[in-house]
Amino acid sequence: MDISTQTTDAPPPSPEPTLSGQARGARGATRPGDRVFLGLSRGSGILLLVIMAAIAVFLTYRASLAISRDHGNFLTTFEWNTNLNPPVFGIAVLAFGTIVSSVVAMAIAVPISVAIALFITHYAPRRLAGPVAYVIDLLAAVPSIVYGLWGALVLVPHMTGLYGWLDRYLGWTGVFDWEGGAPRSMLTVGILLAIMILPIITNVSREVFRQVPQMHEEAALALGATRWEVIRMAVLPFGRSGVISASMLGLGRALGETMAVATVLSPTFDIQASLLNPGGGTFAQNIASKFSEATQDGRDALIASGLVLFVITLLVNGAARAIIARRKEYSGANA
Amino acid sequence: MSTASLADKRAGSLRGASLPKWSPWAIAAGSLVVAVGIGLAAGLDSKVQWGLIAAILFVLGTFGVAARVEGRRQAKDRVATSLVWVAFLLAVVPLVSLIWVTVARGVKVLDVYFLTHSMGVVADSEPGGGIYAAIIGSLEQVGLATLIGAPVGILTAIYLVEYGRGRLAKAVTFFVDVMTGIPSIVAGLFILSLMLIFKMQPFGFAGSLALAILMMPVVVRSTEEMLKLVPNELREASLALGVPKWRTILKVVLPTSIGGITTGVMLAVARIAGETAPVLLLVFGNPFINNNPFEGAQASLPLYIYQQYSQSAGANAAYDRAWAASLTLIAFVMILNMVARGIARWKAPKTGR
Repeated sequence: MDISTQTTDAPPPSPEPTLSGQARGARGATRPGDRVFLGLSRGSGILLLVIMAAIAVFLTYRASLAISRDHGNFLTTFEWNTNLNPPVFGIAVLAFGTIVSSVVAMAIAVPISVAIALFITHYAPRRLAGPVAYVIDLLAAVPSIVYGLWGALVLVPHMTGLYGWLDRYLGWTGVFDWEGGAPRSMLTVGILLAIMILPIITNVSREVFRQVPQMHEEAALALGATRWEVIRMAVLPFGRSGVISASMLGLGRALGETMAVATVLSPTFDIQASLLNPGGGTFAQNIASKFSEATQDGRDALIASGLVLFVITLLVNGAARAIIARRKEYSGANA
Repeated sequence: MSTASLADKRAGSLRGASLPKWSPWAIAAGSLVVAVGIGLAAGLDSKVQWGLIAAILFVLGTFGVAARVEGRRQAKDRVATSLVWVAFLLAVVPLVSLIWVTVARGVKVLDVYFLTHSMGVVADSEPGGGIYAAIIGSLEQVGLATLIGAPVGILTAIYLVEYGRGRLAKAVTFFVDVMTGIPSIVAGLFILSLMLIFKMQPFGFAGSLALAILMMPVVVRSTEEMLKLVPNELREASLALGVPKWRTILKVVLPTSIGGITTGVMLAVARIAGETAPVLLLVFGNPFINNNPFEGAQASLPLYIYQQYSQSAGANAAYDRAWAASLTLIAFVMILNMVARGIARWKAPKTGR
């Protein structure tokens, strides 16, 4: 924090040198080299903004073409027939599937990630903490397609036992009803997504837990608190907003994940009440699996669904960043 | 009688009764044995269930034993500890399984022939073929993406740290953060929408553009962190000698932080090397060797894995190739990661004296 403010406030060379004999040419912005360099670096910054704007503009343009041709309702139609003339498609199923799979992933990943972050910062023997953090980083480095392959060929066969068990004891709820198909359903997808977003949530939470003022913890310990009580009273309240934003970053990942869902899920275009029965789809998965046989109209329709995904992830990530930014100011003021 | 003696014991020492140090291990071993017993008795064939039962028994057992001997507060503490350990083990299991399976099944067909030949006319269900075209495609696409993404990212970071003040810098910072979260498939769709407008067919460079978009925010973030670590005294010393600001940045700031910047760029390369979705939309895949990224469909390593999996209808030969390609990809990404971290440690900026 300190370093950054110092850095951005680095005094421009202009005012002071006028006192000395070296005043000649010391005004930064007027030298050609400086002007070129400033132009280049500012240009790159502007280029990033232009790219973001262009993404929004071009996706919206193609999406508007597609939606104007759509003879279903884009938001509520339970169908994706872009090859019909006129095409009929809607995103209801995709929105449902995307939300369900992400919610399952979050429900599994958030508690485990927080626990691992606590493990690294507070529980692990010091010799183990470093390697564990490294292993979590490795987990983040594995490409998503490899997770997809592993999920489809290793995780799916291992899920049948769990599915049978859930169906037998919890099937009456309807959510865990299983008709005995291959376990390529939203639950497996959710578990796989949970494994994939675990590193990012763990890493961000870990950073937040590290910043807990030592004094708070020591005060709690001095009052005779057990380690768990220290965590509940000093660490978790301090880290709550950080954990929330970490979870939202993970949610953003889960919403947009493509290949892992495309390999594991066996999609249908309807809504399943049960997490265990195959069916449904997500935005990203639908784009990846429908793309190769899509015509021009079909591609525009996929772009339209991609635009919805883009907007959703923008909102989720923007909210997460806003929380982090607020927390930074807060902790900076306290430091 | 027994409660009285317990109370006596507590009164006698300040610490109260506590479990011996080895007790978590004993409880863990005990619950594992019981879980295996239950699994065998009930005929549960899935090892996942055995593990889950063992984990639940471990947590319950810890609570029970600790609550009897040490009291409720200590018991809660022990349960929290054991839950944290269970969570850690739960996270390690998939990673170990993934690495193990990939290596075990990948080495079956991974040899020099596999690395130096392409699919060509080898049918998906037949053995043979290889990933040469995919490696060429991946290297060219990722290389071009790096050539575009890394300079833009580094320059943007320089702008934010060295020049950035005011509204433009704030906007760039915010949108870099937002851009980090763009799903890779959306970046692919963006380039696709441009290609639809100009009626272009898939080619390698289109994939590079999408990958570059995904790479830029990562490079900006890491470079920014590294530039902020450069001590301000170095800049001031250089400026005080009358060195222009741009030369200060080029000759003082960048060399000081070059290790960290390299690390960031390499981690970003590792990340985009595994991206499949944009490549699927824009590069399309090609069983034949295409050395020209500017014309015609190309192959790519992650895309190759996906196609071997999805287009083969369960042929074992294709799955073997998919695993071998996965092993190659993981090895590439991991080596990049390790080298990057090595450089970071070796050339860590000297912040204090």
